[in-house]
Amino acid sequence: MNTRRMPLVAGALALAAIATPALAQGAVAPNWRWLTFVVFGAIIGLTMFVTYLAAKRVKSVADFYTAGGGVSGLQNGWAIAGDYLSAASFLGIAGLISLYGYDGFMYSVGWLVAYITVLLVIAEPCRNIGKYTLADILAYRNNPRATRIVGALSTITVSTFYLTAQMVGGGVLVKTLIGIDYEISVIVVGILMLGYVLFGGMVATTWVQIIKAILLVTASILLVMFVWLPYGFSLPAFLQAVVGDANVQAQVASLLGDTAKNMTPGELGQRFLEPGLYFKAPIDQISLGMALVFGTAGLPHILMRFFTVPTAQDARKSVLWAMAIIGGFYVLTIFLGMGAAMKVGAAQIKSIDAGGNMAGPLLAQYVGGGADSMLGNLFLAFVAAVAFATIVAVVAGLVLAAASAMAHDLYVGVIREDHVSPEVQVRAARIATIIVGAMAITIGILAKGQNVAHLVALAFAVASSANFPCVLLTLFWKRCNTGGIVAGMIVGTAASILLVLISPNMTYPLVVKAAQEKIVKTQADALVKLDGDLKAAADPAAQDKVKAAIAKAQAAKAAAEAKVTEIGSSRTSIMGLEKPLFELRNPGLVSIPLGFLAVILGSLLYRDKRAEDMWDELYVRQNTGILASKAAAH
Amino acid sequence: MTDASKLDWKAIDNDPRFQELHRRKTGFLWGLMVFSLVYYFLLPIGAAYFQDWYKIKVWGPINVGLLFALSEFVIAWAIAFFYAHRANAVFDPMAAEIVRDAEKKLGGRQ
Repeated sequence: MNTRRMPLVAGALALAAIATPALAQGAVAPNWRWLTFVVFGAIIGLTMFVTYLAAKRVKSVADFYTAGGGVSGLQNGWAIAGDYLSAASFLGIAGLISLYGYDGFMYSVGWLVAYITVLLVIAEPCRNIGKYTLADILAYRNNPRATRIVGALSTITVSTFYLTAQMVGGGVLVKTLIGIDYEISVIVVGILMLGYVLFGGMVATTWVQIIKAILLVTASILLVMFVWLPYGFSLPAFLQAVVGDANVQAQVASLLGDTAKNMTPGELGQRFLEPGLYFKAPIDQISLGMALVFGTAGLPHILMRFFTVPTAQDARKSVLWAMAIIGGFYVLTIFLGMGAAMKVGAAQIKSIDAGGNMAGPLLAQYVGGGADSMLGNLFLAFVAAVAFATIVAVVAGLVLAAASAMAHDLYVGVIREDHVSPEVQVRAARIATIIVGAMAITIGILAKGQNVAHLVALAFAVASSANFPCVLLTLFWKRCNTGGIVAGMIVGTAASILLVLISPNMTYPLVVKAAQEKIVKTQADALVKLDGDLKAAADPAAQDKVKAAIAKAQAAKAAAEAKVTEIGSSRTSIMGLEKPLFELRNPGLVSIPLGFLAVILGSLLYRDKRAEDMWDELYVRQNTGILASKAAAH
Repeated sequence: MTDASKLDWKAIDNDPRFQELHRRKTGFLWGLMVFSLVYYFLLPIGAAYFQDWYKIKVWGPINVGLLFALSEFVIAWAIAFFYAHRANAVFDPMAAEIVRDAEKKLGGRQ
């Protein structure tokens, strides 16, 4: 079969799978679902057409991994934004702002500042000395075999954590939006992604990411126009409306509980623009910030993007564009989040998804005219399709990173010791892609219903504690050598994973049970009080109201009781702990210094002549780019 | 095919022009890096320990906290542009000169 036709076949299959399944209830009303499929179909069709064109251009192994180094700075900037703005940051941050106001906005800052690290110390040196993978940089002056093994394993680890979170998050998201079965959406995401990567390699992946980023930014700008226009594009007027909004005030009152009793509505609204509604533990937040600002520079799928541009100057230009797009997007998110807090309201946002992920999509529906209007559902369909494209684009980048580590580092570099023909290298890359893709789909289905939010945190923790210290020190510290890289990778990765396993991220049955038992008790007390109210209620209208409250309290009590029974006699987390040993949700504050320490000690305790001899060459090349542009030209 | 082993890396490293590039770049990069990290971490630290300052209203409902958070974006962009400007104007021409000489030597043998 002609391989160039394959992307089209994969697209048709994916579309057929979307259109046929048994449909459950989602955010899109059933009678408007066809509209969603039209928009989805258009976007899938466009990306598949791009893949078809890209497939013609992917001939060599360099084409497959790095688009032959022929991506421009501007294109790469958009692709980085497309790679980076995952569903978590695009739907999640708007959701956090819609529920918690200021703290959600503050959270977004770290995601942009992270690129300063990338710009100043990572992007250009990596472009100058790297080839296809993170391990290429580590292997440059260290023992290639040892550093390729640890570099590839850590790349696969980080990418798999991130991938699992994306697959599970994506499955849930598509189910929530349009009611497609979880398993089917995981398989559809998997097939589409395989279609892009397998046939179009980095060329198609880059274009899918660019298209997705453009769609995302367009959708956000349009929504913000609609939300902000009534206030004459004035920031104080818009925020004044937020402060005075009854939905916002009610949300703040419910978050503050008893302390809200003596506050005026105006004070409650203003509180939404002040810190402290979401973040309660400052140390944890600083730890998260460290993982973000150092971890981004160690994410293999982001690093890999810098090998797609021809020169260090283009790498620099791509970070500048990426920072403009990503930062601009987060500024728009303030309006999306605050707009959703007013127009949709926290209560309704949480009724569809407790984490607030539906704030953006629901705002789109409202702006278009509401749940019953054609335009409202078209907008919702568009945002849903962008969310879907987001997952596919991010997953494609991750799979390419993991597959390159498997094929280029482990198979070609370590097992075959570079004695491999170019044809076999391309074949190895494609086979690795299929393996990683199949793995992603399998893990996605197996992990159904699991809480995977901490997996993204874990990916950033490993990237910041293992990858970042190793890459930074091999580039900038003369004494760094193989011993340091191996020690740093092992200690950084092990410390991150271990600290998360004993952290509050895990489920502790006793803690959950105590919380649920408390709910049972408060609801029981409420029921006693409501019984009294029912007797005291004079007219039928008042009685109905109390009866409704009773039904609600009974349902809440029953749900909590069911959870208590479900936990039963289990007492400990998967690590055998009754309560967390390590109090931080994000291990960065401890694991990043440990990772650096391991690289330094490992290097000092180990003697490696090659690492010392190669230092001059590496340092001159990473600073000047000698030979780099020529290497990319053929 | 270019060959890294044909170049005398030690000589380039010892070249005063390269030493000058290294000196200027190192100070500049790490200075910016430290500044950007300190400025970034001031935001969550301030939000945790100096909440009352963040609540001071400056312009309508806009308070110090919002302005500080917005300034993080402006500062991040400013650092990026400052770095790019310096790199384009100073570091790139310095590096280009070293590369030109090195490739001239290499070219003679190719």
